[in-house]
Amino acid sequence: MSAAAESPAPDQGALEVNGAGLIADLSGALYWPTRRLLVVADLHLEKGSSYAPSGQLLPPYDSTATLERLATVCRRYRPSRVLCLGDSFHDGEASARLAAEDRARIEALTAAHDWTWLCGNHDPEPPADWGGRVERELVEGPLLFRHEALADRPAAGEVSGHFHPKASVKVRFRRLTARCFVTDGRRLILPAFGAYTGGLNVLEPAIAGLFPRGFQATLLGKRQAFAYPKRALVF
Amino acid sequence: MGDALDGVSRPAILPRVSPDSAALDRSDDAALPARFDAWFARRGWRPHGHQLAMLEAARAGRSALLVAPTGGGKTLAGFLPSLVQLAEGRGSEDVGIHTLYVSPLKALTVDIHRNLLSPIEELDLEVRCETRTGDTPQAKRQRQRRRPPDILLTTPESLALLLSYHDAPQIFGGLACVVVDELHALADNKRGDLLSLGLARLQGLSPGLRRVGLSATVRDVDGLAAWLSTTGRREDPAVARVLASGGAKAEIDILTTRERLPWSGHMAVHALPEVYERIRRTRTALVFVNTRAQAELVFQGLWHLNDDKLPIGLHHGSLAAEQRRKVEAAIARGALRAVVATSSLDLGVDWAAVDLVVQIGAPKGVSRLMQRIGRANHRLDIPSRALLVPANRFEVLECRAAVEGVRAETLDGDPPLPGGLDVLAQHILGTACAGPFEPDALFDEVRRAAPYSDLARGDFDDVLDYVATGGYALRSYQRYRRLSRDAGGRYKIASPRHIKRYRMNVGTIVEAPTLTVRLGRGHSGGRVLGEVEEYFAMGLEPGDSFVFAGELLRFEGIRETTLVASRAQGGEPAVPAYVGGRLPLSTHLADRVRAMLEDPQAWGALPEAVSEWLRLQQWRSVMPPAEGLLVETFPRGGKAFLVAYCFEGRNAHQTLGMLLTRRMERAGLGPLGFVATDYVIAVWSLKPAEDMDALFDQDMLGDDLEEWMAESSMLRRTFRNVAVIAGLIEPRHPGREKSGRQVTFNADLIYDVLRKHQPDHVLLRATRRDAAGGLTDIGRLGAMLARVKGRIRHRALEKVSPLAVPVLLQIGKEQVYGLAFDELLDEGAQALIAEATGGRPQAELPI
Repeated sequence: MSAAAESPAPDQGALEVNGAGLIADLSGALYWPTRRLLVVADLHLEKGSSYAPSGQLLPPYDSTATLERLATVCRRYRPSRVLCLGDSFHDGEASARLAAEDRARIEALTAAHDWTWLCGNHDPEPPADWGGRVERELVEGPLLFRHEALADRPAAGEVSGHFHPKASVKVRFRRLTARCFVTDGRRLILPAFGAYTGGLNVLEPAIAGLFPRGFQATLLGKRQAFAYPKRALVF
Repeated sequence: MGDALDGVSRPAILPRVSPDSAALDRSDDAALPARFDAWFARRGWRPHGHQLAMLEAARAGRSALLVAPTGGGKTLAGFLPSLVQLAEGRGSEDVGIHTLYVSPLKALTVDIHRNLLSPIEELDLEVRCETRTGDTPQAKRQRQRRRPPDILLTTPESLALLLSYHDAPQIFGGLACVVVDELHALADNKRGDLLSLGLARLQGLSPGLRRVGLSATVRDVDGLAAWLSTTGRREDPAVARVLASGGAKAEIDILTTRERLPWSGHMAVHALPEVYERIRRTRTALVFVNTRAQAELVFQGLWHLNDDKLPIGLHHGSLAAEQRRKVEAAIARGALRAVVATSSLDLGVDWAAVDLVVQIGAPKGVSRLMQRIGRANHRLDIPSRALLVPANRFEVLECRAAVEGVRAETLDGDPPLPGGLDVLAQHILGTACAGPFEPDALFDEVRRAAPYSDLARGDFDDVLDYVATGGYALRSYQRYRRLSRDAGGRYKIASPRHIKRYRMNVGTIVEAPTLTVRLGRGHSGGRVLGEVEEYFAMGLEPGDSFVFAGELLRFEGIRETTLVASRAQGGEPAVPAYVGGRLPLSTHLADRVRAMLEDPQAWGALPEAVSEWLRLQQWRSVMPPAEGLLVETFPRGGKAFLVAYCFEGRNAHQTLGMLLTRRMERAGLGPLGFVATDYVIAVWSLKPAEDMDALFDQDMLGDDLEEWMAESSMLRRTFRNVAVIAGLIEPRHPGREKSGRQVTFNADLIYDVLRKHQPDHVLLRATRRDAAGGLTDIGRLGAMLARVKGRIRHRALEKVSPLAVPVLLQIGKEQVYGLAFDELLDEGAQALIAEATGGRPQAELPI
């Protein structure tokens, strides 16, 4: 574990990956100021309605909630480009189930920005008729964006989603759990952005195994982000 | 089951010879058929007056509520009319169940079954009597539906399941009587709501059905009678009330310990040698405590003292069911000298062998204390013996107040709450599983269940819509409807898979997520010791020692849903906060404690250490008034302290603490934290508060409360329970492995989205109703703030007062509330910074 990852960074919302200075936004989005690029992972649109055929009728407002938050974060950073890191649609039928209002929200967003959908395992073929481009991967300067981190490839500059990382810390006998960004300075995994997306503890081998030299988790609080080294985290 | 008092073995449900039965007029016995008369005579007993009264009510076709103390032959009183009727023979057209017995405990159905078999045999009755619970094998359950027994003993959940079968009308069409045991333990909660809806359904299937309720002594007899009625009216004349005489009054002692009485704490470790002495001099003692952590510590403590190698057992809700059953059987056999138990033994069959009940820590309520004392299966003419062991000075006052309450027979009790809408949703789905229903008819039927007698049609329709389509303003689920409508407007289940889901999740007991505790280091591991709540396990670090199942264990780690532990090698246990099962002080008891404080005449009866403490308080400050509110402020360690003597119970004080610190924050006083006990609340801040009238103004229950409630974990927890009961999300299945991605849907995520997008959804309304109405503590807080308005007595002291010492000592032991999520996260991060930069982490407490 490097010395930098050992103690919390002074400016806790800031991240550095392969030399690129990035901002971990409290919404779970990642912003790259010098490139005016906004990145979100795992929207899982229409996840709620995917349970309906089996008889579990969850509140069908998750797509609206997710898209409203995405629109808010776009208004705040005014990015020129927006990149979705895959699993934007929960399943192949998701776009067909979207309500007309939510469809309009997506179209307004893709019309206003240079928009890219990366493919994910839930949406290997994201719908192409919603505006924006569809790509498998994207390289931008020192960073490479893809849906899922690849354990057998060099990590330098890889930015991905897929795992929905969350982390827990213990303070005063209380266990606090929050979504988080995970990085070792070489690769970065984003938290899921979708309203109904649960999380996987970063200490699980699926995530921790991608960072053999340790990592730092940036936990998303209500008003601020907080960086914790791996050793301070609990299951 | 043996009875120590006369050495005669007999079933526990049978009546004892007691003065009130001797006084009976012989002509009353004529009410019994000859066969029964002879049976009583053969046994050398006479029926109790209340048993004959129950028979009379049955003859008149009336429902009946029997309120009787333990040891009064209550269960036989409930069954006697049915046995008499069955002995007279059923008509050839009478098929199906004759008498249904519903108990809150599975174990109780088994015991009652055993105890019923002997009169059935000895009276030579042709009566089939069977149990049906979650443990009943599938083949037996199917046979019970094809060929129902005359008497079926079951639980509210199993009844709901039976009612969801299409053949329920055949099974219950000839039902003559339903007996609800331990009614006092069901009438005020959601299991009772579910049962009341089941009773309404049964009444529809068999209109002549009589209802019989059996209850321990309660304050509000009319309230229970209303629950039992088909109108929900307290004065309903259709329900006969049978009150059995109370027998001899209990003899209750308070242990005035030889040791110095502690200022704070709840463990009463100081008193254990004296408790052990009493156990040695007793045949069998039940040692009740208030929390599981207490149970473990007290058990451990007694074990250390146990030079005589007395058989002492441990019983609490976290232990493996098998282990609990073993302990219960050992008590029944009289093989144990003492059992340390939590509320897990509050209900159940009577144990003849138990002749002393010890209550360690404050009893918290008069009714609860009486219930616990009643667990000693005393004869009605011999007083039961109880020993109260206060753990600190305030608890001495509380114990004294409770003893006075028991003597005066003034019980506590809160007014009943309206039935839960989540339970109604479950019932509607269950009803649809049995067959199509007419909404108007179902609404009328539901209103005949007492908790729902005031149900508004609008609420019913919303719940029905929720069951059918999810009830969302965005009508996106029309094609996934769970209920569809036929041409006649009747609702029917849309797919058999909804029936399967319903049956898998029936019931209203929502378990907190738990982990299995297993001994051993390896993956397969050794013996399962029981279960602990997830949050308890999360508080442990590998290497921590803790006490569980009476053993000192070392925490090794968590593997999936298992907590792995090994035996620790000596040393002191580091028992973390384990607050599960802690009950707040009842209002009634609080009033008594307040009155005692204000009356120096009453102090003479208190132990010297306590009365001296109170005199000191009188001298240094004032006593809290019985009416009005004493608030003390004083500086300490550079901080400003405020202690308010509210006596409204821990939960109400917890809420008050949240609201007070919010308000102090806005006033720029810089609140730093607070701690709540059952008696007082203490808040500390950077600057002292001065205007008490403004600080304690009633308007804090307005916006602040709304805002706090919406964010609070209490409301989230309530929503989770509502969502599980109503079938929105499925309870977590223990043992199901986490496979990377989580398998259950997170209720928090749904709560956040639903609250924002459809705040008036029926499940959110149900949640708020449960939280506000169910939280009688908010009501207590409101009543307190109204009562003390204009009567706040503020004493600005130079230093801490004697009465405030216990709560200040509590600060180091209690988790500090009132800190927001971010502040805690920040604190954790700052501590790491300090550690990394070589600074010393300043985790000091304010005193």
